[in-house]
Amino acid sequence: MSFTQSILEGNRLALARLLTQAENDSAEGRAALTELFQYTGRAHLIGVTGAPGTGKSSLVNQLALYYRKNTDKKVAIVAVDPSSPFTGGAVLGDRVRMRDLSGDSGVFIRSMATRGALGGIAQKTASLVQVFDAAGYEIIIIETVGAGQSEVDVARLAHTTIVVEAPGLGDEIQAIKAGILEIADILVINKADRPGVENTERALRSTLELAHPTKRVVRHHGATMSMAAPTIDSTMWIPPIVKTIATEGKGIDELVQSIAKHVEHLRQSGDWAARDHARLGSEMDLLIREALMDRFLENIPQKKYDEMIEKVANRNISPYEAIKLLLNGNLK
Amino acid sequence: MTDKKIRVLVAKPGLDGHDRGAKVVARALRDAGMEVIYTGLRQTPEMIAEAALQEDVDVVGLSILSGAHMALAPRILELLKKNGQDQVKVFIGGIIPDEDMPRLKEMGITGIYGPGASTDDIIKDVREAMRLRNT
Repeated sequence: MSFTQSILEGNRLALARLLTQAENDSAEGRAALTELFQYTGRAHLIGVTGAPGTGKSSLVNQLALYYRKNTDKKVAIVAVDPSSPFTGGAVLGDRVRMRDLSGDSGVFIRSMATRGALGGIAQKTASLVQVFDAAGYEIIIIETVGAGQSEVDVARLAHTTIVVEAPGLGDEIQAIKAGILEIADILVINKADRPGVENTERALRSTLELAHPTKRVVRHHGATMSMAAPTIDSTMWIPPIVKTIATEGKGIDELVQSIAKHVEHLRQSGDWAARDHARLGSEMDLLIREALMDRFLENIPQKKYDEMIEKVANRNISPYEAIKLLLNGNLK
Repeated sequence: MTDKKIRVLVAKPGLDGHDRGAKVVARALRDAGMEVIYTGLRQTPEMIAEAALQEDVDVVGLSILSGAHMALAPRILELLKKNGQDQVKVFIGGIIPDEDMPRLKEMGITGIYGPGASTDDIIKDVREAMRLRNT
């Protein structure tokens, strides 16, 4: 049986191996992903993000448990933690909170280090998600690194983005800043038994009330384009606020219902397809950038490149001039 | 074009709650540039083998202070093999009496480290085991 065939038939070792190859962007991995691509596009991708310590992993654990108990869908989890910027090493600890899921062959958890990416997920997280999608995992949960304010890449990847907050983390000004709150399709206030939960809820709710449909600016082909603001009507999605206590499993029913409603909304409004297009578009942008960079570096001797950096460091020429010289001389 | 990272599962089987050693080793391996998946306390051999499979690790590091190593180690090795992960190298740290060491090595444990072992030695041995495996 071929490698990709055994993945389609549910061989977990083959799946684990392909995840590694996809993460390392190896030639075998690319070949297998090419063969498997036709089987993707079936899964619901759920992103879970939020500040460190808000309880993302515990919430993901509960969500996966819920889907396993109440549906026959297989669940995959991609849990991302940061790599050290100095050594490249990482401690990936999200599994610690997911021990309830062990022993269930319908669940597959994969930890992933960011390997230098700064958007809250790794550069190859999308590839791992594709592998799980092809392998028949219908629910794929992507847990980001503990995110601050601008790690918003998960929203480009997921159909439904859940932003997890906890009481006591910020005031109304935090809530009106741009960034992470804007990407929420569903807002969760976890640790809802903690003091201050009313304040957090009030702040988030007033933010949502202040919100009005805005023109969205998206990057496409390296250029910024804007999409028209949606008109306000009853079909507009307003992010619900769900209170949970993940360690006790409280509020999970309601969260799952909100997720289901969001899926329904995406399907009816046509946003499901729009998000799919946007995701694949930004993936292609990334691949083009990588391919061009590789081709550029192939054509320029390392020595010449180093000399150019030296000139820039000595303030002989500016970085713009250096790039111009390198490109003009060497790219066909 | 990333080079292949060494992936290590650090697991703590058995019922004792002392995980400081495991955390120190996890941190040292991280600082050596490896990707360490930490599973937490009180893992059964089945949970460890399953995590090793899902994470497709190169190395499993077991921290055992409870004295149950002669029961836990062979069980974990057996499960790894059953899952088709014969190539995974298993290291043990903890309180292991001298007389048990030869038998553990015979079973297929790659390295054993007691109190006072240096993390530099562990890192060196892990790298060497990877080099031997890949040649």
